[in-house]
Amino acid sequence: MAVSLPFFLALSAILFSIGLVGVLLRRSPLTILLSLEVMLNSVNLTLVAFSREIGGSDGQVFALVVMGIAAAEVVVGLGLVVAMTRREMVLDTDELRTLNG
Amino acid sequence: MDIVVFFLAAAAAIATAVAVVAQKNPFVSALALLGNLVSLAVLMLLLEAQFVAIAQIIVYAGAVMVMFLFVIAYVGPRGEVGPGDRKPWLVWLAILAGALIAIEVIVVTYGATFSDWAEIDGDYGSPAAIGKALVTDYLLAFEVVSVILFMGAVAGVIFGTGGRPRRLSTDEVLAKEAESAEQRRREASRAVLDATRESMGEGS
Repeated sequence: MAVSLPFFLALSAILFSIGLVGVLLRRSPLTILLSLEVMLNSVNLTLVAFSREIGGSDGQVFALVVMGIAAAEVVVGLGLVVAMTRREMVLDTDELRTLNG
Repeated sequence: MDIVVFFLAAAAAIATAVAVVAQKNPFVSALALLGNLVSLAVLMLLLEAQFVAIAQIIVYAGAVMVMFLFVIAYVGPRGEVGPGDRKPWLVWLAILAGALIAIEVIVVTYGATFSDWAEIDGDYGSPAAIGKALVTDYLLAFEVVSVILFMGAVAGVIFGTGGRPRRLSTDEVLAKEAESAEQRRREASRAVLDATRESMGEGS
């Protein structure tokens, strides 16, 4: 039995769901960012797997672009965490509801 | 051989992803994410995407995770947030949502028919091939990513340096010290008073 595309798709679906549960359940913004990284990486795996299936480099370029955007997103998220720490706010997304409608 | 590597890397990826989500300490979560990234890089090597696998390790494990660890060290124990008072049914609803998405994708891919892996030459996935695609067909995406990264860097600096705690003047420092000394004196006299009361109560 050889490794085929559905193996990779199933694995990345499982990883995506684990990351989704983390984003939904955790309250620390740091852990939420880490769970987001798990989700983004599972999508990267899907892109690379499909790229291998069609034999082009398009999916790999897409994966690299996703990596760049993820790095920018992490910078902004961690900047927010640092700003919250400097203002001595609670690092708990359930407590941060000033902008809540 | 491939299948053994795949299942080993897949098991490592799932285990580390669960650790990322379940660990209370964000430091341990970040280290688990490091393991997740490395096992995903192994899977990408299995897919002949050498450049993306190495970029994954250098960019994510090398740069992004170091930034994460610095911020986690800066934040310290405040970063540890427990499960709190979430209602249990909400927790189960979130887990159900995740499980449903995974099952949905797996069922759909199980029913679909895929063509076999394409025939590839030795150039596939090499830095030369990816670089050529990046500066010819995908030049716009490449430039947009560079602009977004620049904006992210600017935003990070603005967020990180804004709201600096105001430096106190000498008068304010003296006033604060006097206040805390006053409070300490008050606490001490209260302790003496309590002790006296206690001994009197024992005496009578």
